[in-house]
Amino acid sequence: MKRVPVNKIIPFSSVDGPGNRTAVFLQGCNFDCRYCHNPETRNVCRDCGECVKSCPSGALKLGESRVVFEPAACVSCDACIHICRYGCSPRIRNMTPEEVMEAVQKQVPFIRGITVSGGECTLYPEFLTDLFVLCKKEGLGTLIDSNGTLDFSEYPELTAVTDGVMLDIKAWDDEEHKKVTGVSGVVVRKNALELASAGKLLEVRTVVVPGLFDCEETVRETARQLRPYLAYGNIRYKLIRYRKIGVREQYAVVCRSPSEEMMERLADIVRSEGLDDVIVI
Amino acid sequence: MRDIEMSRVNATREEMFETVKSPTLTHEQKLTTMTNLADSLLEVLKLPKGLDELLNQPIDKQCICDLAEGHAPLRPRYIIPDYAKFMREGSKFLQLEPPKDLYEALNCLQIFYRHVPSVTNFPVYVGALDELLEPFIDDVDEAQAKKLIKLFLTQMDRTILDSFSHANVGPKATKAGRIILEAEAELEHAVPNITMKYDESITPDDFAICGIRAALHSAKPSFANHSMFKGELDEDYVIASCYNGLKLGGGSYTLVRLILGNIAKRADNVEDFKKNQLPYVCQIMAEYMDERIRFEVEESGFFENNFLAKEGFIKRERFTAMFGMVGLAECVNILMEKEGKTGRFGHDKEADKLGVEIMEQIDAFNKQHVNPYCEITGGHFLLHAQVGIASDLNVSPGTRIPIGEEPEELLEHLRHCSHFHKYFPSGTGDIFPIDMTVHKNPEFVLDIIKGAFKENLRYLSFYSSDSDVIRITGYLVKRSEIEKLEKGQNVLQDTTALGMGAKHNGKILERKIR
Ligand code: SF4
Ligand code: SF4
Ligand code: SF4
Repeated sequence: MKRVPVNKIIPFSSVDGPGNRTAVFLQGCNFDCRYCHNPETRNVCRDCGECVKSCPSGALKLGESRVVFEPAACVSCDACIHICRYGCSPRIRNMTPEEVMEAVQKQVPFIRGITVSGGECTLYPEFLTDLFVLCKKEGLGTLIDSNGTLDFSEYPELTAVTDGVMLDIKAWDDEEHKKVTGVSGVVVRKNALELASAGKLLEVRTVVVPGLFDCEETVRETARQLRPYLAYGNIRYKLIRYRKIGVREQYAVVCRSPSEEMMERLADIVRSEGLDDVIVI
Repeated sequence: MRDIEMSRVNATREEMFETVKSPTLTHEQKLTTMTNLADSLLEVLKLPKGLDELLNQPIDKQCICDLAEGHAPLRPRYIIPDYAKFMREGSKFLQLEPPKDLYEALNCLQIFYRHVPSVTNFPVYVGALDELLEPFIDDVDEAQAKKLIKLFLTQMDRTILDSFSHANVGPKATKAGRIILEAEAELEHAVPNITMKYDESITPDDFAICGIRAALHSAKPSFANHSMFKGELDEDYVIASCYNGLKLGGGSYTLVRLILGNIAKRADNVEDFKKNQLPYVCQIMAEYMDERIRFEVEESGFFENNFLAKEGFIKRERFTAMFGMVGLAECVNILMEKEGKTGRFGHDKEADKLGVEIMEQIDAFNKQHVNPYCEITGGHFLLHAQVGIASDLNVSPGTRIPIGEEPEELLEHLRHCSHFHKYFPSGTGDIFPIDMTVHKNPEFVLDIIKGAFKENLRYLSFYSSDSDVIRITGYLVKRSEIEKLEKGQNVLQDTTALGMGAKHNGKILERKIR
């Protein structure tokens, strides 16, 4: 059985795609975004044991060479993730697709589907494929929330059982993409266009951080390139205002939050390029 | 009529005098209060033995509560006129011809509302406004239709001075329905309350979404499980007052409620509660209701003389009565404690199971009790999960989980509701304040409604956590109006005072936001 590290499962989510969905967050990410709001989802736990002492409720125990997490005792104080030096969380459960499905099923019939997010969930394409096959059997929708570095064209089985992808466009220019994330965005852009042409690009989102990259150019180019594919399905552009909460200290001091006016200006740019479905959050 | 002691007369006179001088009551509120006080001196009902000891008690001991219906009911509590008949035929008494266009339709309804009595003296049902107005909606262009409807709704908000007044829309999508919902979203008024009858197989998503958008702005409409109500009361049911399912052209003679927590206090343990206390109190309450109904039908003259009955807008045979209850949560918790157990209602399997057993018992009692004037509902009353009144302290509405103790996850909360909603054809409901972000994803709420109705939930209300209009228990008030009242200023609507009481005693602003 393939197990993947699951950071958390939110039973009802109103912010991870259309309608009510169960959101599944997998642990681990191949990017290192300056402004990452959940840096604790990026790495996999090394079982160093440091966090065990910080837990006020006894939810963490040092087992045989492993940190054991007891969900029922956890009071969600986040002390453990703040103390961790490795950008990780001890509140991880290693789960099979079947186990995740069991957790999802509790929400039926209140949800229309699931969204798998991260970290970066496409680090586990086989898991996603298996989980989505199970979802389809139950008539549940399947969405992926991704930074776009898995080349979907190489995973036709996964793409076939995926209803849609919500893709981060961190920066359009590749030098800037590297500056923001530490990684090239060539595959991201390839994915954006290919998924759009297959009608599977549900949403693109850009976190707006003035000064970190050319936000106007990114937003304009993204909208312009996607415009021709609207015929295959609606593409929403979500503009996300950078906020300090959760961001690691060394980056929080260099990143600025954008003004309302700037967000509105960017939304106007998207609309003027022909993408009408824009939301600002 | 029985004599009463002079000391009671004098105490009432004092209260009347205080009412006359009150700085916060409006003129209409004074008139209503004076009427109720005068009525309280009448003694004409043949009260069942044992009632006094259960009814006339301080709030922490009272087991039966008649919700200020008065001592000599001069009209049924809730009246549901057949407005469609009025639109077809007009009214002789009101000297009105059937309306021929939208202007006349709105004008006719406004006049009619003035003449529909109820326990609060305001109409608790103002019609299936979408169906009533749809035939006229194309008389003018859409902008003008919306303007007229907004004026009509505003007129209602300022003259029907309490929000127990209820309009219905749905389950079919109509242009009139959509305009009404859009208008309400823009107006953000407390009156009228609105319910959308919703059936996934009839109501299109975009119409439901239009309702949800309105609800996030003005805390209404609420959503009623159409196929469930239809199954129990047939197609011609309406939702009136807070959330009460009743027959069109009929209504409810009376609503009396069991205060279950206080009944539990009388019991030694669960067995004593089930075997002795609950059956005893249920029996006395049913007899009390029987007597109220007998008086209304046989002595009050209402059904012989009121124009609504004379012209056939209501029919005596279409009335029933509501057997109410509150405080199941407190009842279960008290009984659990008496059994030396710690489990609490809403969080513990055994506690919830006890809750279901108590409901089954009340349901069974009601199904064997026969009242000759409730033919329309098989000779039985309809169970009603009452929403509480402002003075209730430590009494949760109907079968609701107390505010502050709601389960962590909305899912658990909904699953809990699904055990209890089925017992109450004449109304129950749960209320969920929803986080702001849902404004951008109303389909989130729609999915919850669809799922909930599949799981046999009956009635759901949502409001946005930042909206001014909020749902207290069943009715709506504005936070800004409560604040005015708290500062000692006059406010237009009676329900604001109830809302203020509920804010302080019922902690309604502390509900868990979803
Ligand atoms: S892709 Fe997402 S999870 Fe990964 S580092 Fe960037 S913001 Fe964080
Ligand atoms: S979560 Fe971090 S601190 Fe805790 S054991 Fe894992 S690596 Fe160590
Ligand atoms: S979040 Fe949970 S596991 Fe982490 S320290 Fe707090 S109680 Fe312990």
